Amino acid sequence: MSVIREELSTRLGSEAAAWLGAALADAHAAAPPYQDLAEPPARDTASLDVPAPEPAAGNGVPPARDATSRRGVPAWELRFAAAGRVCSGPEAAEAARVLLLRTARPGAAAVARLYDHGSGAERRAVLLALPHLPLTPGQGVALVEDALRANDTRLVAAAVGPYAAAHLPAHAWRHAVLKCLFTQVPLAAVAGLADRARGDGELARMLADFAAERTAAARPVPDDLHHALSLALAAKEA
Amino acid sequence: MRIFDPHIHMTSRTTDDYRAMHDAGVRAVVEPSFWLGQPRTSPESFLDYFDSLLGFEPFRAAQYGIAHHCTIALNPKEANDPRCLPVLEELPRYLVKDGVVAVGEIGYDSMTAAEDTALAAQLELAAEHGLPALVHTPHRDKLAGLRRTLDAVAESRLPAEHVLLDHLNETTVKEAKDSGAWLGFSVYPDTKMDEHRMVAVLDEYGLDRVLVNSAADWGNSDPLKTRMVADAMLAAGFGEDDVDQVLWRNPVAFYGISGRLVLEPAETAALHEGNSLLRGGE
Repeated sequence: MSVIREELSTRLGSEAAAWLGAALADAHAAAPPYQDLAEPPARDTASLDVPAPEPAAGNGVPPARDATSRRGVPAWELRFAAAGRVCSGPEAAEAARVLLLRTARPGAAAVARLYDHGSGAERRAVLLALPHLPLTPGQGVALVEDALRANDTRLVAAAVGPYAAAHLPAHAWRHAVLKCLFTQVPLAAVAGLADRARGDGELARMLADFAAERTAAARPVPDDLHHALSLALAAKEA
Repeated sequence: MRIFDPHIHMTSRTTDDYRAMHDAGVRAVVEPSFWLGQPRTSPESFLDYFDSLLGFEPFRAAQYGIAHHCTIALNPKEANDPRCLPVLEELPRYLVKDGVVAVGEIGYDSMTAAEDTALAAQLELAAEHGLPALVHTPHRDKLAGLRRTLDAVAESRLPAEHVLLDHLNETTVKEAKDSGAWLGFSVYPDTKMDEHRMVAVLDEYGLDRVLVNSAADWGNSDPLKTRMVADAMLAAGFGEDDVDQVLWRNPVAFYGISGRLVLEPAETAALHEGNSLLRGGE
């Protein structure tokens, strides 16, 4: 997720931008101290000492008065849930949710809960934020594998990003590529496709078998398949 | 003609229904959480269901060009099972979510003390979250149930104008209307209301604050009943604007109280390349 806070703020109206400022302050207050993390604090969230004013009432967002919030739900998580109705459009809401996750840096249990009991949009945000969260590869891969079992193609597309490229084992990664082809998720969504496909004879076999199955059924072979197959085969010969 | 079905349990319906609904003019639905026929035995079973109402079901609806929202609650029947009650503690995490436009279905089934407690607690949750409430009136002993429901609403912090009283009929409509609440009618093949009785109620009581739904679920029901009511209205001399008020503007106004209605269905394409997706080869 390349959208930084300044870019996002310019895309939001003044009320939503104020909401984002307050939301990031909540997330900042909830974040654990940095210690043994490889990634330094995100620059876009480092200067949030002064919380922005609360937005005007009337948008259905419960006011979050402090970082502990009410009924046991942390304030920043209320913001995470409400982003869609505050930010205009699903893309801005997604960017806001990813920023909140990167800022709050929740631990594995909280990330799993946000994902498991998240709406489709919330789940996508967790998947997109995975590279920036303090998780072990095993913890993150479990969520990626869950998303790859989904029929919701928005989750499948979010699951095959850079985190999957870096951490997904070979068998699961090949099936992820195949699932994209099955569900018409463009292979442009698959991060690191060329690098990981290189020399992967098993992937080439799976793609060729899939193409043969489609041809036998007189159904079209996805264009993307030929692209992936040529990548895998060309690399094999090299 | 644009139709908003304000009460339909799409989890129990097929994609053929989604297609037929779209063909009939349905562009938006609200799916209240309810009893699944088979009793639940733990709160976790509710959570999986709520997650589906906020995840897979809106995705499925969007594939057929229908905007999907939901209401979240512990339903009246299962409010009597102590194994299910802990789900009340989980509701605040769900009531803040974008796709949730009301607390519901709440109300009475057998009018027990446990149902009193769950109804009062959930009316309070609605007030706390700035949400309206979808309140089901009981199938048995309906008029007494309506009166007890109106008492519970009057004792709550939620104004009657933020309450939709559902499954009304000829015997309950007058008192419900006098309360100031919104009036919901479920049109079924054999029970509840039918489209011609519905038209007669509209003739007598007017269109103001009236919502018509199919309440289609896993039982004998029909997701196209909303369209049939629209056609019956036109045949009886109501105008197209009248139909639009009952079958679109009224539900938009009621659920719009939440501030969370998005009437364009979500984009289902995974990336922005004009792909329509559906299930691909699976």
